[in-house]
Amino acid sequence: MIELRGLSKSFGSKQVLDGIDLTLAEGESLVVIGGSGTGKSVLLRCILGLETPDAGQIMWRGAPLAKQRDAFMQGFGMLFQNAALFDSLPIWRNVAFRLLRRMPKGQARDVAVAKLARVGLGPEVADLYPAALSGGMRKRAGLARAIADDPRVIFFDEPTTGLDPIRAAAINALIREIVDETGATAITITHDMTSVRAIGDRVALLDRGRIRWQGTVAEMDAAPDQYLQDFIAGRARLSYAGG
Amino acid sequence: MNPIRLIGRASIALTRNLGRVSIFAARGLVGVGSHPAELARQILHIGWLSLPVVGLTALFTGAALALQIHSGGARFQASDVVPAIVAIGMARELGPVLGGLMVAARVASAIAAELGTMRVTEQIDALVTLSTDPMRWLVSPRLWAAILCVPVLVGVGDVIGIMGGWLVGVNALGFNSATYIANSWAYLERWDVVSGLVKGGFFGAIVALSGCWFGMNAGNGAAGVGRATTSAVVAASVGILAANFLLTGLFFR
Ligand SMILES: Nc1ncnc2c1ncn2[C@@H]1O[C@H](COP(=O)(O)OP(=O)(O)O)[C@@H](O)[C@H]1O
Ligand SMILES: [Mg+2]
Repeated sequence: MIELRGLSKSFGSKQVLDGIDLTLAEGESLVVIGGSGTGKSVLLRCILGLETPDAGQIMWRGAPLAKQRDAFMQGFGMLFQNAALFDSLPIWRNVAFRLLRRMPKGQARDVAVAKLARVGLGPEVADLYPAALSGGMRKRAGLARAIADDPRVIFFDEPTTGLDPIRAAAINALIREIVDETGATAITITHDMTSVRAIGDRVALLDRGRIRWQGTVAEMDAAPDQYLQDFIAGRARLSYAGG
Repeated sequence: MNPIRLIGRASIALTRNLGRVSIFAARGLVGVGSHPAELARQILHIGWLSLPVVGLTALFTGAALALQIHSGGARFQASDVVPAIVAIGMARELGPVLGGLMVAARVASAIAAELGTMRVTEQIDALVTLSTDPMRWLVSPRLWAAILCVPVLVGVGDVIGIMGGWLVGVNALGFNSATYIANSWAYLERWDVVSGLVKGGFFGAIVALSGCWFGMNAGNGAAGVGRATTSAVVAASVGILAANFLLTGLFFR
């Protein structure tokens, strides 16, 4: 459904993505792992057109995504790393942002409250502003905004970073449920192995601008790649420092 | 490095940035009408909430001007021109320039800080993923609100400034109230006022454009937002003074 071919991107002299090839089937949940600063967010930003790749192709349903950007975005939702809720709008308007364009206010609010309930937030949150929410609640509200209009494709950028293990587990479970329920195609970025196991069907390891290893979550533990095994186990080696 | 090459490189950079800002401005200007509720909200923020600061500035400026013209005019027995000079000075020059500068301080900084924060917290990227053009949602309403509101603020400032002169004239300089008002009107021409209002429209555009440009292009983190805010106020203030010179030359030569 989404296909990347030879995707490259550099900032100045720094080559961040160096020929990424990746294919994602409809309804599949792909998790991209890799160390901090390896270009995971840049990868998503390239797909979304927020960065212009230096080389390579991004295909969606067999045609270049750039040519069907509006159609893609209509069925798209994203949970940003720090939720990126709009500070100037109350939570329900954040969640209903897309809906408000095509349905009356009352109806949009009802859907927003229902989506908030889906992510475990009560109706009392609807009229609060994002500044009044804790980090975990913001993530949930951001998740509600991402799924508000029943997207076919969802991206999650580090959904559990900055949360305690219990809240992180709750978000992981929620994401898996939502992906299963809606059958949406999902890309999740993380360096949290618990998230990988909870959310992913397939895993891709990003290292020095390339996909170093990819396979199913089940294959991951038996894979011979030393770096992947160290990543899974959280082992440090001197040669990784500074990478 | 070769000085000619240096000048060449600087000119190319300047031209390129001018081009970018022009395209940015054009996109902001044409995007009006997509989000009327946002425009109304910005008119409230940029226009209505700037009234106190613009009014106070005009009041004190008109009052000080009256004192200055009175004592300066006394050197050649011309202190009766106080009302006319206060009115003309406020309408043509001080109303728009000082009003514009106060709006620059208040509004350019606020816009740059708000949009800069939205940039570094990925809220602007979030807009794109919600099928919303940030130019239409964020920039157009602010740009048009400033273009529409600053002339009104300048008009209000003119009236308040003339009133400040009148207060001083009547209470401290021994003018008769009716004569003062009559003299203010007698020498004031329509173009004096209209030129000031037109200047106000340009200054509004400069203020909003500076705020939006530096905000939308803010660098990383809190420091990036701080730099954007400073740059926006400096660019807006210098821009207003430069534009004022050009427009004055154009209008009154
Ligand atoms: N707009 C940008 N300008 C310059 N460098 C950037 C930009 N965006 C990202 N980078 C660099 O690209 C690298 C990858 O960043 P990112 O994708 O955010 O990492 P992560 O894998 O942690 O999400 C980092 O070294 C970062 O400094
Ligand atoms: Mg990242």
